Amino acid sequence: MTAAPGSLTPAERPPVQKAPWTHQRTLGVVLLCIWAALALAVAAFMVESWNPTLFERYAPRYMSGLWITIQLVVLSVIFGALLSIPIAYGRMSENRFLSALAYAYVYFFRGTPLLAQTFLIYYGLGSFRPELQAIGLWSFFRDAWNCALFAFTLNTAAYQAEILRGAIGSVGRGQWEAASALGIPKLLAIRKIIIPQAMIVALRPYGNEVILMIKGSAIVAIITVFDLMGETRRAYSQTFDFQTYIWAALIYLALVELLRNLIDLIEKRITRHLKR
Amino acid sequence: MERVFTLLSFGPEGWGDNIAAGVVITVSLALATLPVGLALGFLVALGKRSPDRFLRLAANIYTTIFRGLPELLTLFLVFYGAQIGLQKLIHFFDPAASIEINAFVAGMVALGAVFSSYASEVFLAAFRAIPSGQYEGGYAVGLSSSQTMRLVIAPQLLRLALPGLSNLWLILIKDTALVSVIGIADVLRQSQVAARVTKEAFLFFGLACLIYLALAMLSSIAIAAIERRAERAGAVR
Repeated sequence: MTAAPGSLTPAERPPVQKAPWTHQRTLGVVLLCIWAALALAVAAFMVESWNPTLFERYAPRYMSGLWITIQLVVLSVIFGALLSIPIAYGRMSENRFLSALAYAYVYFFRGTPLLAQTFLIYYGLGSFRPELQAIGLWSFFRDAWNCALFAFTLNTAAYQAEILRGAIGSVGRGQWEAASALGIPKLLAIRKIIIPQAMIVALRPYGNEVILMIKGSAIVAIITVFDLMGETRRAYSQTFDFQTYIWAALIYLALVELLRNLIDLIEKRITRHLKR
Repeated sequence: MERVFTLLSFGPEGWGDNIAAGVVITVSLALATLPVGLALGFLVALGKRSPDRFLRLAANIYTTIFRGLPELLTLFLVFYGAQIGLQKLIHFFDPAASIEINAFVAGMVALGAVFSSYASEVFLAAFRAIPSGQYEGGYAVGLSSSQTMRLVIAPQLLRLALPGLSNLWLILIKDTALVSVIGIADVLRQSQVAARVTKEAFLFFGLACLIYLALAMLSSIAIAAIERRAERAGAVR
């Protein structure tokens, strides 16, 4: 208070201290060098084994494989979403029998490997060929692509039902009660009040589920569907050139990263009212 | 029905013994992968929460790669890629030598890499849940930073990470089914052979599914016991 205004001259800004070189930095630099060396080695390998005829021959096949992968994932996720609604309803139902049935379904499909389920449907249903022929479903289950789609739909429906159940359960009871107090019909309340709030919770698990399906869809190559992985395996068995696998790895990585960033964007968009 | 029992019996007529051997392979692969994946995942998590930018970047590259690639492709990359890489390395020294990668080890490495990249996220979330006062308390009573980590943080961390890790364990058991593709005689591979020979595909693949379910149930029981044990040791929050 008593000091003259002149003494309030701003002090010299302290010099910016250089961050000391730590062990962690050494380790980080070494590890990054290893990653860079690996990336360079892969790049050098790709350049060295670059073969225009090979590329011309296989690039369209990879694209068609990628298209099959995308079709398989999109269709099975959509059908799975439809199938997950009754399952989630069953899981949340008061009816003992219904909820036990839905629980058994979810437990079976989440507890066994997707590969085993796919085998069970593709090879296993062949044991019931006469019966399937009798009801005219054999032509559907004879095809590997249909079997894969069927298995994936059943599998993802189980996971999506759990996501849906969790998301709807996360919306408070008061929201339902307020909606009915205002005389809003139940379906409208679900569409306009419950789903928008549940989606915020469900978006990330749904996104993860789609990513898991993209990665999981690689196994259809084993039952002779020529998706991206199937084309890769065929290209490798014809050329014995390891770059075929590296191309596939790059495409899968790009696909998954793209999707992850897309989900981040959507999340930002649907939570914009929560930002301060 | 009798035929089914004959097929599933242990002995020259049945496939029970083959499938039991497959169960042993599946379980031992999962059990062998677990410590590798846990240790690696913990180290990657430490890297991700390091104050150093470069170390964080290196750890993030690791998880981006192994969480983005399909498990099957990772397996092929390890199995064929390591074979080719080591072959080249060995030819460099001795042009005549050749090397075979053990499929079991390849499976272990691939599954361990996938497991560790997911486990690092679980550990990271658990680290975030431990308040910084715990570290400060450790330093205040004179523990070194490694002692603080070992005696104060790690026990709490394990308890917090347990639910996530048990989830990953269940996923790991299911992922072991993929190694049947590179020729390891696990449950699925043995059922595949049995199905092809006996033409009873539904029976044997159904059995394989039930075995995986049984493994999952057994794991759930074991995990519940471990969780109870961990809770008993923990302070009430």
